[in-house]
Amino acid sequence: MNAPPASSEQLKIVIVGHVDHGKSTFVGRLFHDTGSLPEGKLEQLQKIAARRGVPFEWANLMDALQSERDQNITIDTAQIWFHTAKRQYVIIDAPGHKEFLKNMVTGAAQAEAALLLIDAHEGVQENSRRHGYLLHLLGIRQIAVLVNKLDLENYSAARFHQIETEYRAWLQTIGLEPKVFIPIAARHGDNIATRSANMPWWSGPTVLETLDAFAAIDRPQNQPLRFPIQDVYRFDERRIFAGRIEAGALKVGDKLVFSPTDKTSTVKTIERWHAPPTDHAVAGESIGITLTEQIFVARGAVAALETAPPFELSRFKARLFWLGKKPFTQGRTYKLKLATQEVECSIASVEKVIDASSLETVIRPPAEIFVGRHEVAELTLHTKKPVAFDVHADVAALGRFVIVDEFDVAGGGIIVADNYPRRTHDAGTKSENIFWSRGKVTAQQREVRHGHPGCVIWLTGLSSSGKSTIATELERELFNLGRSVYVLDGDNIRHGLGSNLGFSPKDRTENIRRVGEVAKLFADAGVICITAFISPYRADRDLVRKIMPAGRFIEVFINAPLAVCEQRDPKGLYAKARKNEIKEFTGISAPYELPPNPEIELHTDQLSVPESVARILEYFQLQDDATAISI
Amino acid sequence: MDHLSKLENQSIYILREAFNKFEHLAMLWSIGKDSTVMLWLARKAFFGHVPFPLVHVDTTFKVPSMIEYRDQLVQDWKLQLVTGKNKEVLKRGATYPNGQATRVECCGTLKKDALQQVLAKHHYTGVIVGVRRDEEPTRAKERYFSPRDKNMEWHVEDQPPELWDQFKTDFAPGTHIRIHPLLHWTELNVWEYIERENIPVIPLYFANGQGERYRSLGCAPCTAPIKSQARTVSEIIAELRQSNTAERSGRAQDKESEDAFEKLRRDGYM
Repeated sequence: MNAPPASSEQLKIVIVGHVDHGKSTFVGRLFHDTGSLPEGKLEQLQKIAARRGVPFEWANLMDALQSERDQNITIDTAQIWFHTAKRQYVIIDAPGHKEFLKNMVTGAAQAEAALLLIDAHEGVQENSRRHGYLLHLLGIRQIAVLVNKLDLENYSAARFHQIETEYRAWLQTIGLEPKVFIPIAARHGDNIATRSANMPWWSGPTVLETLDAFAAIDRPQNQPLRFPIQDVYRFDERRIFAGRIEAGALKVGDKLVFSPTDKTSTVKTIERWHAPPTDHAVAGESIGITLTEQIFVARGAVAALETAPPFELSRFKARLFWLGKKPFTQGRTYKLKLATQEVECSIASVEKVIDASSLETVIRPPAEIFVGRHEVAELTLHTKKPVAFDVHADVAALGRFVIVDEFDVAGGGIIVADNYPRRTHDAGTKSENIFWSRGKVTAQQREVRHGHPGCVIWLTGLSSSGKSTIATELERELFNLGRSVYVLDGDNIRHGLGSNLGFSPKDRTENIRRVGEVAKLFADAGVICITAFISPYRADRDLVRKIMPAGRFIEVFINAPLAVCEQRDPKGLYAKARKNEIKEFTGISAPYELPPNPEIELHTDQLSVPESVARILEYFQLQDDATAISI
Repeated sequence: MDHLSKLENQSIYILREAFNKFEHLAMLWSIGKDSTVMLWLARKAFFGHVPFPLVHVDTTFKVPSMIEYRDQLVQDWKLQLVTGKNKEVLKRGATYPNGQATRVECCGTLKKDALQQVLAKHHYTGVIVGVRRDEEPTRAKERYFSPRDKNMEWHVEDQPPELWDQFKTDFAPGTHIRIHPLLHWTELNVWEYIERENIPVIPLYFANGQGERYRSLGCAPCTAPIKSQARTVSEIIAELRQSNTAERSGRAQDKESEDAFEKLRRDGYM
């Protein structure tokens, strides 16, 4: 047995290749030659082979499952550890059978380097090419090609060079440059741990030397900050935004912009448990942060520095591989997962479907737009909501996604470069249809239901206390979160529904009754109805509460002192009321009855509009008893 | 970033994904070193809290000091404990120690079936389990998020792809997902981490005066200690660095037949 490596560094490698090109045999041999086998394992398997009356195969070391031994093929991604003097390795023994491509992809997606085996006797086969293409697509750049079974070709240098020339030329067409080609005979250990006496013509490295020359890959710290929010916790007095930094670094005091909602706040603390406190964190760390300004940010948001935000679009170009049993078809919607974001997506257009083995374009009738199982495509995807992303070549973690069909991940892809418009803070750019829609909720969009119950969020308070501003901001926020929502605003209602009513106590009561009934109808239709009315009388508000099911009426007291409201007075109403030009003006010449037990109270003289909106959203997030609702 | 920190960060990420995605989530806690490290990682992930119940499947054949240790940590770390027992089989006495069942049958009823009963009773759809790929070959085939069908069975030959930390979090009614945050750890990593974090582990892992210690903990009748002089965590680490024997070599149920353990796992064993 080798002495264990001094370094705790670990490299994850994947071993791929066509079926029967000797992957499992190679791994078994690698284990033996590095002294990494558990004591007794070799003898145990030799005994089993003898008992069954079959010759011992190195491949049996990895293929420990019964069904595999019977079928003689490796069916899944097994991971086993071995070590050289330099470091430890995790081998992901990926299978070669075409049927199990999803396992190969699963294995390879986790790997930092790849060994691709080609049988010297059979030469380059379908999966040699497909695996090469997928390694490239999965972003693996450290690749060595092992030309195996040279013992069956009399250790011929000519045969080795012939295969190298053919395969290298093919890899070049997809832009892939392997580090090295090595001639081996896995069964006998030639050029694996030690240089082969059978191939004196070979002066290149052994497999182990090649592995030790590969570099371990960390998440990149030298790229723009990308901190996707995984969850928001409030286990104690802290409101912690948890996630893993996928790229770059962040520190206390950094001003962050959260995509795609476009809010900003500043890092107050970096949270860890049972770790020394620090004021910075880097890529790869699963941390939490708290913010100085309380804004509403949920899972899926991506925090970045304002100087280098990700793209924020609902349409992008991608290269995709499909593993699903059913094809990826235009006209159907799927779930797309990118970092911690999840959105509905569909195919906008398919530029090209490629047979990953031949690299030939698959020709289909124009009406048949789909990507079939084990095919690769260049296409444009459309998402229902904007997605924060990067081009894969720039920031890998934000440039790759998976597609979920029903319950299973069925495909994956990377986002390729295109002429994407950069997000700016200019609202004019935003109004283009591929950008965020800001509060302009169309009737058609409203028809889309999102599986939340309808309810009434009733804002009450003095004129100029901030009701309408908060209501419209809350509406935009909920709409952007995919909720069906609509605002009933005091001024607007009075133009129509309440146009025959004045401001006498009786008319005010009738006005609120009408609004209450309409709000109830909206809630019945499944919409979150936000109302913004002074609604000064307690009995009127309680009447609406009474006609609503329990927990579906959320009274929000917008509490700003009269002096503050009067000072704001954007419509000059207080001034007119003081001059007695307006009669029965609430707060001046008409009463306002305080809500004794509002669900939420917002002191808008102390809270900003985003903070107020965040408080309301948080109320819904934190509800957990059965009578209250969660939207 | 050093290797243990990499493992830790990945496990925290997985635990947080599980907590976000599963409303009815529980963590299996066998009282052994692995699930105790996993419990520690949960406290890391959730900033000192453990926001889901811990399920301990009690076969009643566990070494008694394991139960004492369990109850102490429940108190110290303010844990929510749910225990599961196959009362019917225990009452009937169809167990291995009295010869009324084989070792494998006994594991099947007292562990696997008992687990199934707990899951059904509490409607758990996500179960966090501390298995590692390096333990034995069938576990090497596992995914981080691994689906089980209505009968708890594992379809190893038809597992969903898992790439770029996008896990299987969508599942059909009646099925559940096993979540394996320690899948990528090795036995040595677990001990190195216990040392780094100073995590309290049950003393059965350390050599007693007779030069023996438990390397893997299970039921008393089927778990044998190994020869060892390692009395501290660092001595265990030194011993493992030189060891060439399998971790579960002291677990008798694995060896009843060539594929005994594989069959248990396909049927829903941990």
